[in-house]
Amino acid sequence: MADLLINQLINVVNKLIGRVGLSWLLRVPELPDWLAWSVTAVVTAVLILNVIAGGALVFIWAERKIAARIQDRLGPTRTGGRFGWLQSLADGIKLLAKEDLMPEGADGMLFKLAPYVSFCASFCAFIALPFAFDFVGQRLNVGVFFVVAVLGLEVFGVILAGYASASKWSLFGAMREAAQVVSYEVPLGMCVVVPVMLSGSMDLVTIAEKQSGWISNWYLFHDPFTFVIFWVYVTCAVASVNRAPFDLAEAESELVAGFHTEYSGLRWSFFFMAEYGSMFLVSALAALLFLGGWNGPIPLATLLGLSEGTGDTANYFVRLIGCGNLILKSTLGVLLMMWVRWTLPRLRIDQVMTTCLKYCTPIAAAMFAGAMLWQLAFPGGVVRGLSRPAGEIREGWLEGPGGISAGRGLFEAKPRVVPNGSETPVGQKVNPTVESPVIVKVGS
Amino acid sequence: MMSSGVILLPGLVAAVATAVPLAVVNWHSVLFLLFAAVACACAVAVVLADNVVRMAFYLVLSLASTAGLFFLAGAEFVGAMQLMIYVGGTLVLLVFGVMLTAQAPFVAIKTSAGDRVLAGMVGAALLAVLLQAAFRVESWRRPAMAAVAAPAATPIGMALLGVRVDEPAAGVPAAAVRSGYLLPFEIVSVHLLVVLVGAAYLARAKRRRTPRSIDVAASSVGPVVTAREAARSSASALVSGGGR
Repeated sequence: MADLLINQLINVVNKLIGRVGLSWLLRVPELPDWLAWSVTAVVTAVLILNVIAGGALVFIWAERKIAARIQDRLGPTRTGGRFGWLQSLADGIKLLAKEDLMPEGADGMLFKLAPYVSFCASFCAFIALPFAFDFVGQRLNVGVFFVVAVLGLEVFGVILAGYASASKWSLFGAMREAAQVVSYEVPLGMCVVVPVMLSGSMDLVTIAEKQSGWISNWYLFHDPFTFVIFWVYVTCAVASVNRAPFDLAEAESELVAGFHTEYSGLRWSFFFMAEYGSMFLVSALAALLFLGGWNGPIPLATLLGLSEGTGDTANYFVRLIGCGNLILKSTLGVLLMMWVRWTLPRLRIDQVMTTCLKYCTPIAAAMFAGAMLWQLAFPGGVVRGLSRPAGEIREGWLEGPGGISAGRGLFEAKPRVVPNGSETPVGQKVNPTVESPVIVKVGS
Repeated sequence: MMSSGVILLPGLVAAVATAVPLAVVNWHSVLFLLFAAVACACAVAVVLADNVVRMAFYLVLSLASTAGLFFLAGAEFVGAMQLMIYVGGTLVLLVFGVMLTAQAPFVAIKTSAGDRVLAGMVGAALLAVLLQAAFRVESWRRPAMAAVAAPAATPIGMALLGVRVDEPAAGVPAAAVRSGYLLPFEIVSVHLLVVLVGAAYLARAKRRRTPRSIDVAASSVGPVVTAREAARSSASALVSGGGR
């Protein structure tokens, strides 16, 4: 019954698309290589920019409301109706109209460039972040590694800002942030390695696909060690994006506003877009590594009958569902960070370092060893009887006549299908004849 | 109106595409030249800048452009490594640079003429070697997207564990490449462990009986020791300690 309904719906949508004259959206014309590249790049970049900037608008509003509720206030209530929906937009207009100040003794070039450096690092990490099976700017074979490496570069803008401001508060804040981020990269890397080990790949798409199916297939519930290391990851992620209780770089009780003391207007807002972008990014990374990525707690698409043979539109819908799923999980992660920020007091710098070096790093190392031994002893996870093993259930968009393997050219034409239990294919023969009109992915 | 515009648009795009001579340009060459130009220009700027933070900034730009070249060549693992190790390492370098040199804001570093000559000689020698190697290549091909079916980090990882899963090059005996890189990998990891233990040993909180280096400097110079001298000697002790 559900299948029939869905098929009817899909037919209606297909007809609608044909009537409005949007069918060219689904069938990309033969474009020359350079134009296809440019169009793809611009579309991807604009989409990612929207995720960061639009996300920042929503998250800043949410942060104000959540902070207010936790402190028994109301928060913004007037701008744009009852709940103050438009408060962030009003703030944005105010920031645009603000005077752009630069301190007398500042290093002008670095002072002006620093916010963009931070923002660029945050933006670049989004390029390799998949939102659904092939909703990804650039599918990288070493996606996890790339995202973690680029995420660590965001602090560079902060150091530049702190140094170039010619202000003691800024410099102190920047140095604190540098020490903190460099330290927390060690346990963060160890946490990230565990899902990589379990899935046998550094490709974020593959890691998420291996957790498809029911909630018990998530790596969070793979074994007790992954469950513990997830919380270590959460701690390190909060510290690496400089959120309270680890926000010593902008400790207002000691350092005025830390590294962005001297900033105002649009430049200041770039720092905040970078911060909220990074928060979303580490949450999305947590969702991809431990919480199944776009594969929900229940395999919704499979249960709805949106599997093989339902056509292009169905595949597109399934991806949209997955994309919404991942964004929902990431948003929940960001909200968790806000809850933590407004609940816990700020740590001292020595407590921050103790948390990293004496707790997070040893726990992460022990859990890594434990997960390794568990994998040797009980391959396949802890709840084998409750669900089908990870990687067996597909949400229907991998294989089949209407699936992505049929090749349409709108997205990646030839995905790397990871069969159940097998490794990433290695030593494949080069096949230069296969080409798609729009090359979205480098060399895959 | 709406739909006619929608239909016209692809045709218009295609017409522009065929008319513009850009279509014959190898797109990878353009990106390659862009990244290479940024890398070279920033490398020169590192030498010409006199502010340590600006130098580090240009160095990061140069190294990041090199990472872009790696990504362009399809070597994603090497590119990510470049970002992680070199760009991230420069970050740490910058932190130490600021902490050790920023007594006054925006300290300028003046290079002496002798240093310039020495550096020029070393640079010229390296350039000569590289150019010789470059001209020895028999056939250059235009930069293009690497034709790798599945650029995977797995072969590298397996090779580091002592198992080669990739095909050996033609003419090379199979036994010569089958051994992998387990021994070098282990040597390097043990070396790094020694370095870590050494760093922890040097940085530990301790009470010394021997006079500190600042006292040694004071006694060797004599009673008239300026604060500047003391600061310099302690800074050099810090540098040598950190470098180990």
